[in-house]
Amino acid sequence: MTVHRSAAVSRRSLLQAGAVAGGGFLLGVGLFEGIAQAATSDEIATTGSKLNAFIRILPDDSVTMIMPAVEMGQGAYTSMAMMLAEELDIGLADVVVEHAPPDQKDYGNPALGEQITGGSTTTLAWFLPLRKAGARARFMLVGAAARQWGVEPATLRTEGGTVFHDASGRSTTYGKLADHAASIVPPSEPTLKDPHAYRLIGRSLRRLDTPDKVIGKTVYGIDVRLPGMKIATLASAPILGGTVAHVDQRAALVVPGVRQVVVLDDMVAVVGDHMWAAKKGLEALEIDWNPGPNAALGQNDLWAMLDTASRGPGVTAKSVGDADGHLVGDDVFETDFELPYLAHAALEPLNCTVHVTPGACEIWVGTQVMGKAQTAAAEAAGLDPSQVVVHNHMIGGGFGRRLEVDCVTNAVRIARHVDGPLKVIWTREEDIRQDRFRPLYHMRTRAKVERGRITAWHHRITGPSILARWLPGAFQKGIDADAVDAAVDMPYDFANVQVEFVRHETPVVPTAFWRGVGPNANVFAAECMIDKIAHHHGLDPVAFRRAMIQTKPRARAVLDLAAARSGWGSPLKAPPEGGRVGRGVALLAAFGSFLATVAEVCVADDGSVQVLRVVTAVDVGQIVNPNTLQAQVQGGTVFGLAAVLHGEITVEQGRIQQTNFNDYRVTRIDEMPILEVHFVQNDEAPGGIGEPGTVTVQPAIVNAVFAATGVQLTRMPIDAKKIARGAA
Amino acid sequence: MLEIVINGSIRTVDAPEDMPLLWVLRDIVGLTGTKFGCGIAQCGACTVHVDGVPLRSCQMPVGAVGNRAVTTIEAIGETEVGRRVQRAWLDREVVQCGYCQSGQIMSASALLAGNPSPDDADIDAAMAGNICRCGTYVRIRDAIKSAAAKVEPA
Repeated sequence: MTVHRSAAVSRRSLLQAGAVAGGGFLLGVGLFEGIAQAATSDEIATTGSKLNAFIRILPDDSVTMIMPAVEMGQGAYTSMAMMLAEELDIGLADVVVEHAPPDQKDYGNPALGEQITGGSTTTLAWFLPLRKAGARARFMLVGAAARQWGVEPATLRTEGGTVFHDASGRSTTYGKLADHAASIVPPSEPTLKDPHAYRLIGRSLRRLDTPDKVIGKTVYGIDVRLPGMKIATLASAPILGGTVAHVDQRAALVVPGVRQVVVLDDMVAVVGDHMWAAKKGLEALEIDWNPGPNAALGQNDLWAMLDTASRGPGVTAKSVGDADGHLVGDDVFETDFELPYLAHAALEPLNCTVHVTPGACEIWVGTQVMGKAQTAAAEAAGLDPSQVVVHNHMIGGGFGRRLEVDCVTNAVRIARHVDGPLKVIWTREEDIRQDRFRPLYHMRTRAKVERGRITAWHHRITGPSILARWLPGAFQKGIDADAVDAAVDMPYDFANVQVEFVRHETPVVPTAFWRGVGPNANVFAAECMIDKIAHHHGLDPVAFRRAMIQTKPRARAVLDLAAARSGWGSPLKAPPEGGRVGRGVALLAAFGSFLATVAEVCVADDGSVQVLRVVTAVDVGQIVNPNTLQAQVQGGTVFGLAAVLHGEITVEQGRIQQTNFNDYRVTRIDEMPILEVHFVQNDEAPGGIGEPGTVTVQPAIVNAVFAATGVQLTRMPIDAKKIARGAA
Repeated sequence: MLEIVINGSIRTVDAPEDMPLLWVLRDIVGLTGTKFGCGIAQCGACTVHVDGVPLRSCQMPVGAVGNRAVTTIEAIGETEVGRRVQRAWLDREVVQCGYCQSGQIMSASALLAGNPSPDDADIDAAMAGNICRCGTYVRIRDAIKSAAAKVEPA
């Protein structure tokens, strides 16, 4: 596949790609025959007849599709191309995909109102609009053929990019029709295919982006190379909120290849001919920092502030019946759960390439938010957004980090002081230190149990409002719609429910979305609390849940499927090396999807937890690409596994304690459990799947540890010492 | 000026001897398929072969390469094993974001070159230094086994 960058710069970028190519570039052409190999021509992508915002057709019958959501590994380019191609009636073999430019009107995410890829919304938001765009383009092409042949459009059929008039035996291809088709006005509500007539949707078609990725040809943001480009790397204040006091540049400027030192009020960057010069130059610098007001701040302070806030006033996000009135007497349970800061730690470190010239700014970056990136660059450069050109790129892992544009802002702030194009690369240490973390959350849950069922439920959520900063329209009446997501709409039929949100912004530690967003915290607390109650009453956790989702057939179906496929209730054997084993379950209804996950763990005498097997049942409604769906659940599970077993960012003396993958551990292949993903098939509207697997695996594992040991952990990540002591 | 053999060609590079091979490849030679992930040999994204041995290029000073042959992701497909691994990666649809996969493929190719039929423990030992944040490990394991089973006649 060729991914064209938009407009004039693609020429330059493609030339660079050609220079990079060496043997692999040419090799790739023959190596993967039969796999969608799109045109590798270097034509500027704006050629061809534009039928709508998403489809251009070239005379050679190749089709360019403009992708409103970005590709960061989730398979969006393939699934969105499938939606367009399905209704357009073409295969994927001749498809070239192109990153959309910043354009709110044409490419704004219908579910979020901005040009955003996130919140597991791509499929659910674009499923209808892209199919309609494909159907409209097909209408136009059929109309052009009908005019040309003087026949009724209804007498024509399409297949594989060709229009046929069977009565006369005539046929012609889309490429020949596209020019005329562009003048035909399609209906705003075109006729869509019956799902039973799908030829692409529902099949595990090969991904379009992967052939280039296995030969090292894909150009991520960090791979951008421009003529005359310099490379910079930077150091931020080691103490959060600190500032630069004084910099002695002399030692840096004598490092071979170092060109310049850029001193800002809160960071220092060194510009060099290559990253090594910049890095060595930065190490050679002598920087005095003003510590600022946070030099004494520690993690215990942050936990204590959160706890205090959790006892203060909040706002009611949901109130059904009279939860407080019922939460009295016997069989009332209360548990607080605490969730740590987490880093995103995507494998591609933060980077952004910038060229500031008088009255203009160009940036090359991989971003989940094109419009925000453009605005951020404009503000930092002192320009109007219309003076900023953004070239989006493949992203080497998003997980929410590239929903933020701080790297764009800071790269432009640095590049303003540099002549010519500048690529700014964050070292891993700075990528982690300057992350915007998954917030600390405090979750107070209370429940009343009567006749073996929960009859009253109180969930008090204390944490920041990310939306108030990031999408202010979604922060209404003091309620952050994300922070209470999946808490205000649980699948359980509790008669009395009270959900409260206490907004608490921890000082100085910046926070942002992280894979799983609000449901990550809320589902964790609820699913762990439900297990606590089941355990106390000697009830089976699956049966206990099942009795409380009588009116939710989709939730019941995934719960039943996960239980059946995991062998729930059957004896679990300890591995030969010994240890206590247990199973745990968790249920999710969020992101428009339903998931149930069963985890099996083995806990050693020292409290260390090994996850043996994770079985997840998934109902996302209509499935666009089953293979991608499975991959997202597998990957999401691994992401959640890392969080619950290892994930924790901490602050001491105002400093982020973690630096790199040695002390911010993520999952490796040698700690992988068996993963199973099972689908429930139905014709419901498509739901999201990028995040749910991350959400369910965490409580499932903690519940499994609880089942194995009787120790219910309430502060994450899992602490082996607490388990070994037998107390949470 | 240093001369190093990269993907079968002798390249003359103007680089200090202590400059890691990673940055020589990426910033001087222009082979950006080899990725920067951590800079301290913790993630494996920068894995290349030096005389067939998988090494983390972020820790390999270019001056220490000498006359040994450097092979990167851009040319590993010219070897029978590398080609087989790349094919298996596509057949098993391993890749998500793809950023780590250059390193994964280089590590897997070296594993199979030395051990034609690795078991799970062999795979763990050879691949545990390669982080995949997208979590493609199940498929990496399957793809290695699949590639092992498909030895092509010479």
